[in-house]
Amino acid sequence: MSESNAPRQENDVAPERPETLDDEVVLDLALDTADGAMAPSVIPATSQGGQIPHAAGGSVFRQIVTGNAMVSVLSVVLAIVLGGILMAVTNPKVAETAGYFFARPGDMLTEVFRPYVALVQGSIFNWAGADTAAQLYPITETLTVSTPLILAGLGVALAFRAGLFNIGAQGQIIFGALFGAYVGFTWHLPFLVHLLLVIVAGFVGGAVWGGVVGLLKARTGAHEVIVTIMLNYIANFLLLFLLTTPAFQRKGSTNPISPFLDQSALFPELLGPQFRLHAGFLLAVLATVFVWWLLKRSTLGFEFRAVGANQSAARTAGINVPRAVILVMAIAGALAGLAGIAQVSGTEKYLSGGVAASIGFDAITVALLGRSTPWGTFFAGLLFGAFRAGGVAMQAETQTPIDIVLVIQSLIVLFIAAPPLVRAIFGLNPRKKKKATGGPGSGTMPSGKIESGAATA
Amino acid sequence: MSTTTTQSGGGTPAGNAPARPGKTGATELVSWKAGIGLSLLAILGTVLFGFMSDSKSAGFGIAEAANEAASSVAALVTFILALLLSVGLGYMWFARRRSGRASGSASVPGWLPPSTVAAVVVLGLAALGVAKVSKITLPSAAIGWIASVILLGLAGYTVYLTQAKKATPRWVGGTFAAVFLIGFMVWIVAGGNGDEPSISLAGLIAGSVTLAVPLVFGSLSGVLCERVGVVNIAIEGQLLLGAFSAAVVATVTHNVYAGLVAAAVAGALVSLVLAVVSIKYLVNQIIVGVVLNVLISGLTSFLFSTLLTADPDGLNKPGRLPPVDIPFLSDIPIIGPILFHQSLVGYLMYIAVIVVYLGLFHTKWGLRVRAVGEHPQAADTVGINVNRTRFWNVLMGGAIAGIGGSFFTLVSVDAFSKDMSGGRGYIALAALIFGRWNPIGAFLAALLFGFADNLQSVITIIGSPVPSQFMAMLPYALTVFAVAGLVGRSRPPAASGIPYVKG
Repeated sequence: MSESNAPRQENDVAPERPETLDDEVVLDLALDTADGAMAPSVIPATSQGGQIPHAAGGSVFRQIVTGNAMVSVLSVVLAIVLGGILMAVTNPKVAETAGYFFARPGDMLTEVFRPYVALVQGSIFNWAGADTAAQLYPITETLTVSTPLILAGLGVALAFRAGLFNIGAQGQIIFGALFGAYVGFTWHLPFLVHLLLVIVAGFVGGAVWGGVVGLLKARTGAHEVIVTIMLNYIANFLLLFLLTTPAFQRKGSTNPISPFLDQSALFPELLGPQFRLHAGFLLAVLATVFVWWLLKRSTLGFEFRAVGANQSAARTAGINVPRAVILVMAIAGALAGLAGIAQVSGTEKYLSGGVAASIGFDAITVALLGRSTPWGTFFAGLLFGAFRAGGVAMQAETQTPIDIVLVIQSLIVLFIAAPPLVRAIFGLNPRKKKKATGGPGSGTMPSGKIESGAATA
Repeated sequence: MSTTTTQSGGGTPAGNAPARPGKTGATELVSWKAGIGLSLLAILGTVLFGFMSDSKSAGFGIAEAANEAASSVAALVTFILALLLSVGLGYMWFARRRSGRASGSASVPGWLPPSTVAAVVVLGLAALGVAKVSKITLPSAAIGWIASVILLGLAGYTVYLTQAKKATPRWVGGTFAAVFLIGFMVWIVAGGNGDEPSISLAGLIAGSVTLAVPLVFGSLSGVLCERVGVVNIAIEGQLLLGAFSAAVVATVTHNVYAGLVAAAVAGALVSLVLAVVSIKYLVNQIIVGVVLNVLISGLTSFLFSTLLTADPDGLNKPGRLPPVDIPFLSDIPIIGPILFHQSLVGYLMYIAVIVVYLGLFHTKWGLRVRAVGEHPQAADTVGINVNRTRFWNVLMGGAIAGIGGSFFTLVSVDAFSKDMSGGRGYIALAALIFGRWNPIGAFLAALLFGFADNLQSVITIIGSPVPSQFMAMLPYALTVFAVAGLVGRSRPPAASGIPYVKG
């Protein structure tokens, strides 16, 4: 960062730009929207790779403090604090212990932090566990829960990169699970072949349901947001219907659930039968590598990104935009379909009406948090998986409803999407510093800026 | 108001934004989309209503009047008024058309045909009331075949026109939709259990209007926001927080009207976040919307699980807004119970639709709003404060959606429960697009969704040849068809989704 920033410091002196609060944002936005000609991309220009020269530059330290990584960390902190306040306010025990706060402050603080302690114990490391297996169980649970989130999140993220908003991961997961489960319990094949076919079926199922969206978008101009929302409902009702038909319903059961998948169609357990962690997680890692390769190293991925950045320019450059739209939606759907496979072949082992749970919608927040980059999505999936796994433990342990996890997750994404908001809350906005130290528009006092940056940090 | 017709398909409702230059060239008009789409639907209709028809007949119950004397008087008065109105409008249409032919330019105003159709429909309904018909029984096979033939004929006509490189007139789509609907209704009812299955038509439609109330409010919120250039995906969150606050405030204050106000404030609060983050901090509006929905869902569920379940009597027992009959009007057979037997929220819905429509298309304020949504730079140049206009519109939209949310807790069910809006915010979004960003179009589309929703539950009761899941799927499949362009190309406001930065 420092190398590319060095020449900018000299430039700092030159342009006298209007000093509004949103100065830097405006610059990014101009990049994002082609000077207000199109809707801003879901991936901020700042995270699409490459460096964006900001006149507001400064020292390496300032870059770190106000940079994207710092904003992400602060967003998480802020969301956790707000979530904590919400839990504390609604917890009668906190009010009780607050009555004698000055006599024994420990009581109230314990009450306030108890849910978060349970969350960590349920998602990362349980130090109260009897043996190593019990202590490590939470982290394996986190990885298990993360698997479908990562896969579906990748599907959403890939579509984002092509400028498409794929809310349809839910339906694509259902279709993937539907195809995969059918292959899994009707065909009886040897181990690896069967699993492979199940994965392919899930891939195809998701690709079909996603491809339909791409087809409609490319051929008729139908807005993908509406189409995907509608296809989610259609897929859900179709699943509910199929689960009442003899082809899918478990023999002798009145409940709408399918038979168990064959043992040969299941992902092998990675750490033995006492953990739920299955090889689907490796599939998620592979998928992440694949998406990274697709976006960064392949011609097709380049076309996707070009279409996402500016459709008209892509068309002018000779890219077949309709083909790219159909393909990206098909691949995005296929990735979400794999999430369905992770569910039926790994975690659940059968197909039910709730197979997709709310994974498809969580995937959107995962992709947004990961800024639509493959590895960003991977780690965002891990984080949200931890929240989910820990949330279950927290609900059991402290009776705090798991819905708080939704609040924290959405707050994180909201803050991360609006870096200036977070900087304003933490007093890190570059503009304020300038007003405090130098005159407006003068970038000639870098040393002063370092000090003020240090002071606030 | 006179333009609120029952036309569901092809025609553009009156007062839609003027035809736009640019993309809508002659090439688009001879697209094969309409021909192919209508043909497929006609074949589907023939198979279902014709070949798969039941030998039974379908009964449609009309109305059970609460007050016989008042009802017959009201029916007579309505009949006479509707007769005068339809004759007058019909003559006007005819005269305008003739003078238009003579001068060589079409001069029939857009609102005239749908108003005439509406007047005739009212006339027919009133006639049923005057004649004291209590039930219509239709032989399903005969009606099915007649409908099939008409559908095939219309589809063939469209294909012929397309081949001749002529534009398909609007009435074809409208008639097609109406005939398809009638054929479908007869077929589905005749397939019910019993020797002569029947449903109450008035009950069906009245229930549809009721179910459509939150959808209409939601889609109006969407219209206000999108017309000013802000995409509002957060309708779901606005409805949900509106429902939540209405329940809590009405319980705490023991006053349902306070709950109604609180719902509006809550909706506006969600909008405030949307406006600040997307207008001031320039975050992608769709992201903010989606995130807000998740946030509100989590927040209300959390508070419900902690506070509301701990003390349901003190926090979650709002009471109900009773239905109010409008004197005389509610006595009209069929129409009365459908339109004039609503709760306060229901009447507010009519007012909101009319006010938003008139405001957007017939006032200076509306012109400015639409200018900001279509071309913010131009609006700015003539001195309109773009971001302030957007801010207030988004806030207003949120308040309207919030009132719609109060429907859940003050009218429909008298307690809040987790995620009780159940995705209706997204349906409202679809209604808005289906209705082409026009308040009246959105209103009609919402009614259609309400109708499909209610039909599904009615059909499930009498039993049907179609599995209930497919009936539930219907509105969503319909929307996909609609946005895929069967109903005609819809175009959002040009600047929708794009933040405006001065300079």
